[in-house]
Amino acid sequence: MQRNPYLPLPMKLVKNFTETEDKLIHTFTFQFLSEEDEKSFPYMPGQFAEVCVFGKGEAPFGIASSPTEPGFLKFSVAKVGVVSTALHLMEEGTIAGVRGPLGNYYPVEQMKGKNIVIIGGGFAFTTLRSLITYILEPGHRGDYGRLTVIYGARNPGLLLYKDELDQWDQRSDIDLVCTIDRPVDGWTRKVGFVPAVTKEVAPSSENAVAIICGPPVMIKFTMPELEALGFKPEQIIMSLENRMKCGIGMCGRCNVGNKYVCKDGPVFTKAELNQLPNEY
Amino acid sequence: MIIAKNDLPGLLDKLMSEYEVYAPVKEGAYSLYKKIKSGSEACFGYVNSKIPPKGVLFPQSEKLFCYNMTGEGAKLEECIDSGKKVVFGIRPCDAKSLLLLDNVFNNDKFRDPYYLTRRENTLLVGMACLEPAGTCFCTSMGTGPFDKAGLDIMLTDIGDAYLVEPVSEKGGALAAGLGLSAAGEEQKAAAAKARDSAEVACRVNIEGLKARLDANFYDPIWERFHEKCLGCAACTYSCPTCHCFDIVDEAVDCNGCRVRNWDSCMFPLFTLHGSGHNPRPGGKERMRQRVMHKFKYFVDNFNATACVGCGRCIKNCPVNLDIREILADIQGEGRSDK
Ligand SMILES: Cc1cc2nc3c(=O)[nH]c(=O)nc-3n(C[C@H](O)[C@H](O)[C@H](O)COP(=O)(O)OP(=O)(O)OC[C@H]3O[C@@H](n4cnc5c(N)ncnc54)[C@H](O)[C@@H]3O)c2cc1C
Ligand code: SF4
Ligand code: SF4
Ligand code: FES
Repeated sequence: MQRNPYLPLPMKLVKNFTETEDKLIHTFTFQFLSEEDEKSFPYMPGQFAEVCVFGKGEAPFGIASSPTEPGFLKFSVAKVGVVSTALHLMEEGTIAGVRGPLGNYYPVEQMKGKNIVIIGGGFAFTTLRSLITYILEPGHRGDYGRLTVIYGARNPGLLLYKDELDQWDQRSDIDLVCTIDRPVDGWTRKVGFVPAVTKEVAPSSENAVAIICGPPVMIKFTMPELEALGFKPEQIIMSLENRMKCGIGMCGRCNVGNKYVCKDGPVFTKAELNQLPNEY
Repeated sequence: MIIAKNDLPGLLDKLMSEYEVYAPVKEGAYSLYKKIKSGSEACFGYVNSKIPPKGVLFPQSEKLFCYNMTGEGAKLEECIDSGKKVVFGIRPCDAKSLLLLDNVFNNDKFRDPYYLTRRENTLLVGMACLEPAGTCFCTSMGTGPFDKAGLDIMLTDIGDAYLVEPVSEKGGALAAGLGLSAAGEEQKAAAAKARDSAEVACRVNIEGLKARLDANFYDPIWERFHEKCLGCAACTYSCPTCHCFDIVDEAVDCNGCRVRNWDSCMFPLFTLHGSGHNPRPGGKERMRQRVMHKFKYFVDNFNATACVGCGRCIKNCPVNLDIREILADIQGEGRSDK
């Protein structure tokens, strides 16, 4: 019989890093305890996992690391409730559990040969970081065309992965546009909401795929901009975050119409979502 | 084969030496399927149980694993129950519901080892329904009082004895080992007569229902159905095909268990996001989900309705909401006269 999908893999927390200035988001780096464990966890960008704090419970988080970074898994977690708070308080060296990988992933095969436009807002940037890292890997970069990334946060302190954003800025094979909502002293990059910045940057829809993750309002107002740029529903990819428990299509809570976001998603094209009711 | 009613307690006692036996037991005014300790506890004068026997395979609360935190890490111990079981006297609708649940717990990507291990080790001895209740509408839902689907053995009450018909190979082997006497022609005829006279009076028209549900998600019709609903979830807890659950930790100090408990789509917290957003914020959306899941989504995914017409949701609803009336309304048939 297949491995019991409810059993977590024990992993060691090696880093509990305060990611944002408001301290509400921490990035956790978990190390596999053995090579065998790592082999049992083959994942792709866009997948998620149930992270468990023994004694508190488990909660689903997008995997922020990329399969091109072996040895560990990364998650960036906002403090909102029981499990996320327990994680924030967890000391480095503690053993936690990770169950997965779960869900489908960004269609990296079908995206080959295309220009990639990645649009992210707030802390939904986690699996987008995984995807960008995957594409930038020297062995993969040649498979894709231009890579444009638009990433917005309320203020500079709330941007995730600041060191990496700086590194990406230096590179010529990624066009990174970071934006914040209102001007701040010392901020030299863009100011404005993601939809407006998308309009201004105006990435071409020609032979392109757009991947968009962020708060519902951002998605709502960015969608018409993408459509105006000529992006068809088939060219727009989204990732949903319905509340989940089992992650394997059995507990019944994450469905949108006849699809379970955990098992059939979380990654859907806009064309696929147009076929489903708006329960997300 | 045949078994005299007087011999039944003895037969159950015999089964209990090899199996955990679950049978209908009287609890106040209700019948419930319970693990019996003596054959005489079983009581077969029931129409159907208050709560379906699905809990034998998918308990209302069950430990998935236990853990012990040590300095080096966590020691996990899986709690898979592989005990041999017999559900004795399961009704055909409830047996059918397990065939439906098999699709969920063994889906296109994952297998649930808890349910499936119990399922593999459980024999279903069915009891044909001679007197279906007024709330039963099984024959409209692809099953019926004499449906053998999913059963290992079928029993039919013929007065002072039961006609015993093996259905599956496993059921045949079990029956063969019980040393029962062969049924005479007269007894077979009595069973056939009982079958012909049992009647499920209530019918629900589901022809074309799926096509309507395919198109009516945004229809104003959904504004009405939930008006009386209290959101108590009695309907889903007592439904043999409902499978929603929650997963929680129960722990003291270094020792704990991960537990799953039945949950319900009728509760607002079921889908509430951490951000405060709720994709199914009101009674309207939740009632629509319950109906859509049973009569559209399940059909889309598994080509069968997730309702077997057992009528429990109708009997157990404190405000008398009736799924048959909702379906009739959707079908444009107005209020049916129950
Ligand atoms: C596929 C997917 C990927 C995700 N990726 C990420 C990610 O990368 N980073 C991230 O930070 N988050 C992510 N999330 C969201 C994350 O799963 C939730 O924030 C997390 O489950 C919260 O768990 P918790 O135990 O901390 O909160 P809970 O304790 O479960 O509570 C969370 C919230 O639920 C509500 N709530 C719960 N119980 C009650 C109650 N009894 N009464 C009233 N309200 C209640 C409250 O609003 C509370 O704040 C993702 C979700 C999904 C589905
Ligand atoms: S929906 Fe109601 S009638 Fe249908 S199987 Fe469930 S409890 Fe029985
Ligand atoms: S049993 Fe009746 S009142 Fe309770 S949730 Fe179901 S429909 Fe609503
Ligand atoms: S999380 Fe349980 S069905 Fe999707």
